[in-house]
Amino acid sequence: MGMNEFVFLLNGLKWTILLTAIGFVGGIPFGFLIALARTSTHPLVMTAARAWVGLFQGTPLLMQLFVVFFGLPLIGLEVAPWLAVGIAFTAHASAYLGDIWRGSIQAVPKGQSEACHALGLGYGSTMRDVVLPQALKLSLPATIGFLVQLIKGTSLAAIVGFVELSRTGQMLSNLIYKPLLVFSVVGALYFLICWPVSLLGRRLERQLTTGRR
Amino acid sequence: MPVNLDFWIVLQRWPELMLGISNTIILALSGMTLALVIGILGVAIQRAGEPISTFLVSGFVEIIRNTPFLVQIFFIFFALPFLGIRLSQNVTAILALGLNGGAYAIEIIRAGVDAVPKGQWEAGFALGLRARDIFRIIVLKPALRAIYPSLTSQFVLLTLNTAICTSISALELTSVGQRIEDETFRSFEVYFTLTAIYLVLSLCVMALLNVIGKRMFHYPTK
Repeated sequence: MGMNEFVFLLNGLKWTILLTAIGFVGGIPFGFLIALARTSTHPLVMTAARAWVGLFQGTPLLMQLFVVFFGLPLIGLEVAPWLAVGIAFTAHASAYLGDIWRGSIQAVPKGQSEACHALGLGYGSTMRDVVLPQALKLSLPATIGFLVQLIKGTSLAAIVGFVELSRTGQMLSNLIYKPLLVFSVVGALYFLICWPVSLLGRRLERQLTTGRR
Repeated sequence: MPVNLDFWIVLQRWPELMLGISNTIILALSGMTLALVIGILGVAIQRAGEPISTFLVSGFVEIIRNTPFLVQIFFIFFALPFLGIRLSQNVTAILALGLNGGAYAIEIIRAGVDAVPKGQWEAGFALGLRARDIFRIIVLKPALRAIYPSLTSQFVLLTLNTAICTSISALELTSVGQRIEDETFRSFEVYFTLTAIYLVLSLCVMALLNVIGKRMFHYPTK
């Protein structure tokens, strides 16, 4: 494998990172809404958010990609493949992030929101000034953990035919017929991105548990 | 634009879908069994405290957890034959699912073993048992009980991961769906149907694991 082939793989890596960024950045606002809906006292809103999360956690990511990929044109949205895949990852991330943040909001002691209520603070102020800042700190390790899961998840876009790192590796392996080398390099590239993120997540988790002791 | 959906053309292929479902279940259950064995063995090795083997286990866990399942299954299926290891699609699929799930299981089970009070080990030693017998007879069950919910969600994830085995043409639900798609060009209907089936399947797996958990771990702790 020469320089050209390696550059070819790096080009795929670029798309892996871009897809992850689209899914993660897109998933943040929607996930936030899901988390708020999931912790709301309105039964209909809560159930809808719960169904959304259950749907994405109970089906394979690959099926979600396929359904969005082939479903968008059916509702009249003819979009570029990267956008279709990006929408699918955004929806996927919104469900998982929503569930993680639901957990962190619920992990903030109930006395906090009760105290806000006693002080006469409204929902907006209670969330913004008291609950969410505490929940944010609690949620960081799991959020970082999901980022690793999302980076790895973008590899499934390869099965839909999207050319990112895994698909590039598959194409290159067919071209130069050295699967052992190619897939080792592809795996190493994924590892080089994911491992630092994993370590960061683990460090944050350790800080959190020692901080609370 | 009126959307013309035809689910019947997909549903009338139900014998193939049923075959896919049963194969997916077989892959998932075999993968879970292998993952559990790898998980318990991995923790036992780490606990034994031999530095080299502990390092190897940790390396295995880190590599598996930080690379995509798709690349792992490609590696086993396309790269290992160059090292003289040639496996069929479904054996590859079970091996990949087991190794992947096993790495996560090691992390989960280790947390459970750490949660078992030290007094249990000390009591075992006081009775004159060897470390590996204490692990097997005394520690393992409460350890598994403590982390059973995490293990359950990991195994549901493993069940969903079986869909990825279609990439090496293992016989399971997704690959059956792809064949139906190739012949009918009803992409959306096929994948929508499969999604619904997977949703039911994962709920069933969750219920099954809960029943197993209740039967195995239903005993008073104090």
